Amino acid sequence: MTDLIRLTDVEKNYTRGKEKISIFDKLTMRIEQGDFVAIMGPSGSGKTTLLNLLGGTDKADKGAIEFDGKRIDNLNEGQLTAWRAANVGFIFQFYNLMPILTAAQNVELPLLLTKLAPKKRRENVATALKIVGLEDRAKHRPREMSGGQQQRVAIARAIVSDPKLLLCDEPTGDLDRTTADEILGTLQVLNRDLGKTIIMVTHDAQAAKFAKRTLHLDKGRFEQAELAA
Amino acid sequence: MNDRALMWKNLWRKPVRTILLVVSITIAFAILCVMLSFNDAISNVRTLPTRMITLSKINFTEPLPMAHYDRIARMEGVAVATHMNWFGGYFQEMPRGFLPVFAVDPETYFQVYAEDLQIPAEQRDAFFNDPTAMLVAAPVAEKFGWRVGQRIPIKSNIFTNSTSGDSTWEFMLAGTIPTPQGSSQTGSVLIHYDYFNETRTFGRDRIGWVPFLTTSAELNDRVSNAIDQRFANSADETSTNDEATFNKSFTAQLGNIALVITLVVGSAFIAILLIVGTTMALAVRERTKEVGVMKTLGFSSGRVLRMVLGESMLLAFLGAGFGALLALGLLAMAAGAGGGGPPVSLAPSALLWSALIALGLGLLTGLAPALQAYRMRIIDALGRR
Repeated sequence: MTDLIRLTDVEKNYTRGKEKISIFDKLTMRIEQGDFVAIMGPSGSGKTTLLNLLGGTDKADKGAIEFDGKRIDNLNEGQLTAWRAANVGFIFQFYNLMPILTAAQNVELPLLLTKLAPKKRRENVATALKIVGLEDRAKHRPREMSGGQQQRVAIARAIVSDPKLLLCDEPTGDLDRTTADEILGTLQVLNRDLGKTIIMVTHDAQAAKFAKRTLHLDKGRFEQAELAA
Repeated sequence: MNDRALMWKNLWRKPVRTILLVVSITIAFAILCVMLSFNDAISNVRTLPTRMITLSKINFTEPLPMAHYDRIARMEGVAVATHMNWFGGYFQEMPRGFLPVFAVDPETYFQVYAEDLQIPAEQRDAFFNDPTAMLVAAPVAEKFGWRVGQRIPIKSNIFTNSTSGDSTWEFMLAGTIPTPQGSSQTGSVLIHYDYFNETRTFGRDRIGWVPFLTTSAELNDRVSNAIDQRFANSADETSTNDEATFNKSFTAQLGNIALVITLVVGSAFIAILLIVGTTMALAVRERTKEVGVMKTLGFSSGRVLRMVLGESMLLAFLGAGFGALLALGLLAMAAGAGGGGPPVSLAPSALLWSALIALGLGLLTGLAPALQAYRMRIIDALGRR
């Protein structure tokens, strides 16, 4: 398998007032194409910051971040935005759907950034909703759907533009066990059948079991660094 | 769906708030359109460069002796002169029946205002030959449903009729005057001065003002100086101006409309600027997370900025559009309610100004929130640290 993501000696610091907080110090990791990795760790261990760096929504202070063999850490804001639109799908804990849009319109959002014709967009939206089993909820607004259904819409939005990488930040953190397992099952299907590389940050050991492997992050370092690198 | 649809949906996210904003913008634009249209109607009355007007130096309500007219008519450089007197007329009731009735000398009046008095010869002759005849602007006749040949009782709120003992005069409608855009006869009602003068109980042989034509516009200054000097130090000093200057000063006596427009509309728009600007900023702040999500999905900061600006533009133009429509309705209602004055239609300049101000309003109110959205960092917007 080829590496989809490679982090080499990544450093990331935040400043809080006069205090400088080191999140990562020479963090190294690689993720193969088609992998499904759960990242666990206590609060403040750097899970979300790692996801931000991988998704290009935050920048590393030092080190290299490669995606599909190309450096993304030196891209400017505009290039990163375009890269994200083409390569990454995001799934958040609280779904983050637009309340004014229907399920289909929410799913269509990333396609507004493409040059697809409206008809083709509608077809892709229908396919994405079908994959998550919500084709009959296309015209419903988020407030008319359950949490599980909203997260499915968020998954459909994440996959509609066919990105290679899905980044999931506590995707089941707001759901009951049964619904959470359904969502995780869907992620498994996306990984197994559609070949999506998935990186999922979670606190939930049960959720992590759905991944192919789990990495434990603590104080900015992987506990078993040899498994990450 | 596209960006425009998204802007539209965002605009109606909180319908009550949007409706209230649109209503306030609509009212401001309606005021703007109505006032600009009035200003346009008053200032766009057609004038002749050789037409001049002499009136009392005190003001236009102060009458002059008839002898002034005779002297002015004979002065060098004056081609033809006429005289007019305010009658203070109304039909049935005020204010709906208000009429700008002028007592005139028909023959000379028709010479001085020839270009705006193109009426059929039989109607003109009927007016000339019957002292109790009157001519009215066509829209006035239409408004009250008057027909040619009909006898119409007109009341005066100034004068008393010595024949009847009350304030009513009866006139025969001899004809109607077409009043295209800019006509000096817009809204006018003309009656015979001689008949009026003989039957009024006071103020006889005095006239309101003296319009006249000079033989050449180049002589205007010399003629006006000569007239005013001729009556200087008399009991009835005069002020003579060309027609355009007279109209402007007449308008000025009604009030400085331009200043009123600037103050009323200006303060309304400043208030709206603050209200809409604050509301837009609040609306974007409420959507902080959504802006973060959009940027995460790949919407560029520039595109987000354009969408927020577009939303404020949409709001401003929606208000401006409804404002223009409201103004159209108000002007139509005013035309139906008032008797005299120039008919005011929605001026193209009012629409142009509305579009320009809407553009400015949209930009000004949207700029701060748009920049706020533009600068918003994803990790801050989503609280992801």
